[in-house]
Amino acid sequence: MPSRIVAGIGLSHVPSVGPAVDRKREQDPAWKPLFDAYVPVREWLAKLKPDVAIVVYNDHVAEFGFDKYPTFALGAAERYAIADEGFGMRPLPEVPGDADFSIHLCERLVDAEFDLTVCQEMGVEHGFLVPMNLCFPHTTSGWPVKTVPLQVNVVQHPLPTARRCYRLGQALRDAVSSYPQDLNVVVLGTGGMSHQLQGKRFGFMNEKFDHWFLDELEKNPESLASLSHHKIMEEAGAEAVELIMWLTMRGALSPKAKRRHRHYYAPMTTGMGLITFED
Amino acid sequence: MGIPVKEIPDTSIFDLRLSRRGARMNRMCSALCSAREREAFKRDEEGFMARFGLTETEKDLIRKRDFKGLIDAGMNIYAMLKIGSATGNSLYRMGAQMRGETYEQFLATRNIKDAV
Repeated sequence: MPSRIVAGIGLSHVPSVGPAVDRKREQDPAWKPLFDAYVPVREWLAKLKPDVAIVVYNDHVAEFGFDKYPTFALGAAERYAIADEGFGMRPLPEVPGDADFSIHLCERLVDAEFDLTVCQEMGVEHGFLVPMNLCFPHTTSGWPVKTVPLQVNVVQHPLPTARRCYRLGQALRDAVSSYPQDLNVVVLGTGGMSHQLQGKRFGFMNEKFDHWFLDELEKNPESLASLSHHKIMEEAGAEAVELIMWLTMRGALSPKAKRRHRHYYAPMTTGMGLITFED
Repeated sequence: MGIPVKEIPDTSIFDLRLSRRGARMNRMCSALCSAREREAFKRDEEGFMARFGLTETEKDLIRKRDFKGLIDAGMNIYAMLKIGSATGNSLYRMGAQMRGETYEQFLATRNIKDAV
């Protein structure tokens, strides 16, 4: 039986979640609402028995510098090192990859005219690790799933369009379903939601926009794919443009995928959204 | 001529023009993703900046911890977080300064200020 996408998750990758996990602050009143929202998500994931998580994320000048900056970069390694992004190494085990599966994805995606940068060595940082911490916590025996990191340039304009990201998801679906091995695959679209981290508008959030985005992602993703970067940045803050990565996740799912969970918490400077779909 | 991103008030949009302007500084910040380099920066900030060929204006912005000025000069926000970490300035402290507020004033504008 070939591989299949069983679920998709859209979620924020706020960096401060990392230290909150490392220092076991999940039950602190300020963090509890966020972490509690993931309890049913993890129970649901345990029933779906995923083998591989494809994590669509962006690096924050840890593994990739602006001297050479890929628009789309796919990991094709057996393991991914934890990157030091300037704050010291987090005490996490290396993340297992599935190089054969990655190679298949690369071949199919390039054939579908997505000309990726292929990384046979790649460190991963909070953009990738925070979603893993929330959805697939590690234990002393390591991480419970294999992974494929898919890095998107959402930092240095020009960025790929929202539609390009959505279409990448559709191509990813075709690529997964043509892999002959019997794998259950989950796609994580990460980043956002509303936030701006620089300029006088630092700390800007737009909860109304975020809820609208969650509604549309569920019911009307095609129209979200028409959003311009400018519109997202103007309404939700410059760094909210990361949300285009959620469209890759949504594009990888069937249009009729059922929503299972939805949560929103905006304590400090970022709308932390969570939405899950079952294919 | 390409298609530059339209401006948004009080917002910096990190495009290739800005990235080119800030290239020296962003290269320097990338180096701070190593414990050894962070120590080198803390030990001799001037020598570290000279090693990456920063201009006098850029060096001065770093000396003054002028975060808004650094963003305007082409330092990427995620690169700046590494300088923040090496100099004891958290994201929220840098943000407060960019807003023209004290840290306490900024925290008072948040929904749940303990989620840091």
